[in-house]
Amino acid sequence: MTLHPMIAALRKHKAGVVLIALQIALTLAIVCNAIFIIYARIENVRRPTGLNENNLFLVTQQWVGAPSGDDAASTQKLDVMLREDLATLRALPDVESVTPTNSVPLLQSSWNGAVALKPGADLRAGNARTTYYFGDEQLLKTFGLHLVAGRDFTAADVVNKAFRDNSQPDIVIVTKALADKLFPGGNAVGKAVYLNGDSKPTTIVGEVERLQVPSVSTWASTFVWNSTIAPIRLNGNFSRYAVRAKPGRLEAAMREVPAALYAANPMRVLDDDSVKSFKDIRAEAYRSDIGMAALMGAVCLILLAVTAGGIVGLTSFWVGQRHRQIGVRRALGARKIDILHYFQLENLMIAGGGAVVGIALAVALNRVLMSKFEMQSMPAYYVLVGLAMVVILGQIAVFVPARRASNVPPVVATRSA
Amino acid sequence: MLSYYFGLALHSLKRHRALTALMVLAIAMGIGASMTTLTVLHVLSGDPLPGRSGSLYYPQIDPRDMADYGPNVEPPDQVTWTDGQYLLKAKRATRQALMTSGMVPLQPAQSSIDPFHAVALYTTADFFPMFDVPMQYGNAWGESEDDAKARVVVISAKLNDKLFGGQNSVGKELRLQETAFRIIGVLGDWHPQPHFYQIYMGRYADNEDIFVPLSTSRDVHMEHDGETDCWGNGGGDDSHLQQAPCVWMQFWVQLDSAQQAAAYKEFLVHYSQEQHAAGRFLRTPNVRLRNVMQWLDYQHVVPSDTRLQVWLALGFLVVCLVNTVGLMLAKFMRRAGELGVRRALGASQQALFGQLLVESGVVGLAGGTLGLLLASLGLWLVRRQPADYARLAHMDARMLLATFALAICASLLAGFLPAWRACRIAPALQLKAN
Repeated sequence: MTLHPMIAALRKHKAGVVLIALQIALTLAIVCNAIFIIYARIENVRRPTGLNENNLFLVTQQWVGAPSGDDAASTQKLDVMLREDLATLRALPDVESVTPTNSVPLLQSSWNGAVALKPGADLRAGNARTTYYFGDEQLLKTFGLHLVAGRDFTAADVVNKAFRDNSQPDIVIVTKALADKLFPGGNAVGKAVYLNGDSKPTTIVGEVERLQVPSVSTWASTFVWNSTIAPIRLNGNFSRYAVRAKPGRLEAAMREVPAALYAANPMRVLDDDSVKSFKDIRAEAYRSDIGMAALMGAVCLILLAVTAGGIVGLTSFWVGQRHRQIGVRRALGARKIDILHYFQLENLMIAGGGAVVGIALAVALNRVLMSKFEMQSMPAYYVLVGLAMVVILGQIAVFVPARRASNVPPVVATRSA
Repeated sequence: MLSYYFGLALHSLKRHRALTALMVLAIAMGIGASMTTLTVLHVLSGDPLPGRSGSLYYPQIDPRDMADYGPNVEPPDQVTWTDGQYLLKAKRATRQALMTSGMVPLQPAQSSIDPFHAVALYTTADFFPMFDVPMQYGNAWGESEDDAKARVVVISAKLNDKLFGGQNSVGKELRLQETAFRIIGVLGDWHPQPHFYQIYMGRYADNEDIFVPLSTSRDVHMEHDGETDCWGNGGGDDSHLQQAPCVWMQFWVQLDSAQQAAAYKEFLVHYSQEQHAAGRFLRTPNVRLRNVMQWLDYQHVVPSDTRLQVWLALGFLVVCLVNTVGLMLAKFMRRAGELGVRRALGASQQALFGQLLVESGVVGLAGGTLGLLLASLGLWLVRRQPADYARLAHMDARMLLATFALAICASLLAGFLPAWRACRIAPALQLKAN
């Protein structure tokens, strides 16, 4: 089959052809960019935090009428209350390990600072931004972190300090990402660093493979893996405990906690949100990302459906209009399959033309989005996937009207309109 | 004539049900998606205090050290205690208020209500007249209470409903931070959105429940929450914040004319110069004076996902429109015979054009109505999202009108080219062909 008569026919319907091609081009541009956004969001959600997330939950509670923590004596009182809570939780039958903590990944509440190789370096002077986790010797075990170098904290390392005390710890464990940034040559263990512009050195005693920061906002995206863990029990009028339940005993352990804590000390507030599984923390942190991905997905599907509907509608019209010509071609010896192929090839040409324009539009749209939103450059294969998608869509949409065209009997040629 | 066209349009639309349904559905989905996202954008980028926001300004000065210094660096978003107090006492504007916020433990007198934490704003007397805050009962405090660190409190209507069943509670006692406060005023219906004057406790948060004089809040050690940004060897320790090199307060002024605003900016530069000369400010004067809408814009208060969704929806609407143009074209061209007969019988081109436009208008009206339903559904879905602005996503009369205007305009636009093509049919040719 030569293309010549087909092009001649298409030239008679310039407006219709241009409209379908334009629609395909716009659909391609929007769909590839939407899929790219969906993929970026899903990628974000799927990255592992570094925790062993199963059987982990978080308890946040506040003491009523607690000491202020402004002086040494009241800080010690708070610490006694904290250690009492830890002992209570560790004694529960379904609990494997417990650590006090200020936050966990994805919780959004974070304590951030900077690590420098020189003393007294300003917080803002670049260096390495980091987030701090404060816990005791059971933190690594409870979080389920993998130690890749150095050692874990021992009970003797752990100290306590008031929530508002700005002094820096003697030793820390850092993530591999942070260690590699500070010491590109490796071997960070045993080296001294300076936290938050302080002049007192802090020694790195260990490295963990991976630990995400609590914030999932874009402002934290530059230091997502830069975490620092200090062996400190923070004493304030509220406390948080990360609890690892025995395998399969998560729900039972979560049920036991409030009653046990109230029994140990009734002067505290635990509300509905106080005992939260890590699964819920994760779902909450990424709810808007997942919502956005779902919305984009839905819009893509509807967009493709509308475009397919448009192709079906216009092709049906053309089939109706060319009823007689089809009959003539059939009478002159064209087979049904020839007529079917004719419409399919015609659609392929229009969709192909539209797709070429669409690729340019898709790249342009990606540029616009990059300049207006925090977005990456779209890799070429998204455009190719989009191209394949609209071409296949066109072929599927054209099939029904083309089948109807191929069923036009040759006898139509002999009838007058 | 219009009603005749209308009848013709209905007749023609009924003849091609599938095609009509496809067009109506495409327009409806385009309109539904666009109006949902535009309504959210409209609500989120609204003017919190219409008529007043133009004369309210947020001065920014730069007291930081030289670390991270560079050309065109924006000054910090908040002010220090020292600068805030100076600017407040200087009284160079018509009105000025210094503020920050925190969570305050509240112990209700009623035993039926457990103690809870309430969101509080610590501010100064001019806050209320400057932002034109309506009072349901009583009054706000004045400068003398500020100076006296008076134990007085103004509460929100919501808190008044919760604690006192909406009765006039002026004169009653309220225990905050284990201290007795006297209620002197109850706010009326006041919910500026975005929450422009304090964006660190939620950009679309509802207003605070507790308003306490700033001096009093420091006196009874009320906790400060929100953002604290320090430099040098500053720390976030609450009790030393007044001396620390940290910005943690918001300062607003009312300036009634452009001249006054220019003079105030001059005053800020002058103050910065003085402080620079005295060695307190290490940087050369770097000031900004933004009004409410400029401040919200600078802070990118509208979430970027919301703006992205508007772009997506408008793109979607364009595709739906192109789709409708194509379908209308097919439909009108198919009726060449009928149109030719009407032309031959004496109908002018304008008459045919009008008839076809009425037909596309009808499609637009149907699409708009269905689109409105879809937009309501869309907004209902938005309200179920966890974001703090979700509850604001309601359609108002303006957006309702805009929906229909958009639907009709869109479909007329979509009908324009096809109608123009179709009405240019030569009557004789069409009759001959038949």
